[in-house]
Amino acid sequence: MRRLLHDAGHLVRPALVLLAGIGLFLVLRGAVIPKNFGQYGHYRPGALADIRKRPISFVGQDTCVMCHDDQAKVRASGKHAHVACEACHGALAAHANDPSAVTPKLPETGSLCRRCHEKDTAKPKWFPQVVTEEHSGGTACNACHLPHNPHL
Amino acid sequence: MDITRRDLIGIGTKLLILGSVGATLEQITGAAPPSEAYQMADHWWGMIIDIDKCIGCGNCVRACSRENNVPQGYYRTWVERYEVEEGKQPRVESPNGAMDGFPPSTRTDVKSFFVPKLCNHCADSPCVQVCPVGATFVSPDGVVLVDESYCLGCRYCVQACPYGCRYLHPAKDTVDKCTLCYHRITQGLTTACCENCPTGARQLVDFKNPHDPVHAFLRDNKVEVLKPYMATQAKVYYKDLDGSVR
Repeated sequence: MRRLLHDAGHLVRPALVLLAGIGLFLVLRGAVIPKNFGQYGHYRPGALADIRKRPISFVGQDTCVMCHDDQAKVRASGKHAHVACEACHGALAAHANDPSAVTPKLPETGSLCRRCHEKDTAKPKWFPQVVTEEHSGGTACNACHLPHNPHL
Repeated sequence: MDITRRDLIGIGTKLLILGSVGATLEQITGAAPPSEAYQMADHWWGMIIDIDKCIGCGNCVRACSRENNVPQGYYRTWVERYEVEEGKQPRVESPNGAMDGFPPSTRTDVKSFFVPKLCNHCADSPCVQVCPVGATFVSPDGVVLVDESYCLGCRYCVQACPYGCRYLHPAKDTVDKCTLCYHRITQGLTTACCENCPTGARQLVDFKNPHDPVHAFLRDNKVEVLKPYMATQAKVYYKDLDGSVR
């Protein structure tokens, strides 16, 4: 009997090592995987909050018109009524956060208008487009058209 | 001082435990539930694109790039110009993703039009299915996102996406893609691309909002998603999409 117990040590010792290993694995796994992993699916729900924390560059139409309602009124009656401010003026969240510190530059109409209105046969037929060279011959667009309400 | 093997294993184990606890503390604390004001269960986001309104100006590409710090030469959204000649393969071009627009085309002997592209935020997404570590997923409000802290950069998802919408971020070495401006739409703003589209060719929509214009759009128009045969349940619907578009 004593002999048997002595020999069984060869099995008991590796079994203890194995159990300790499994224990360590479970402890590490518990530490590494967030408690709420799998709450919505096979992913870390905290990732949603992380992505939502990213900063904004374009503040959005509604914020612009809070102060610039005069410009918004001019625009509302013309063909650019549905073109957002930042589509031409660029990303201005920094300006909205601190209007005096960040002042936007006026866009340069020579290149700005052509981005949309240069003639291209791939553009939809309904869209107003011109061959700039023939149309104005280098004259600035805003010499004739008001950008906020571009009819003549 | 002599270090025995026993000491070495002991020190190693302690370091391993300390390191793993430290590394995950941030993940655990960062896992706070999103604010109450925005309820994920009340939304199911997608986009509608009207091909007949796209003028190929590239405003969406520039806005996306700016808003999301997209590395140069990579695109979360881009615009393609198709030139379809009868009996021939269509010619497709997208110089610099249309970041600077397109050189004007004067060809009148072909059918030509612009197609804006972005992640289709598939409800049954192949990219999510292949991720081995749970780094990419469909959020409860229907946006396909990447968890940068879990992504290994194995690029299975890049290969799995039928629409070519994913890339490996050259600086982070993790996969990057359109988030449908998740940081904007969860606080009531629209996406950067939609905000800056001058013709309203693309619009963010919420399928769970009964007053959203998407319902009339789907009812009144003939619409199609890209590669419907892939059965990915794409949520970007195109109006007037030509059959030649791949």
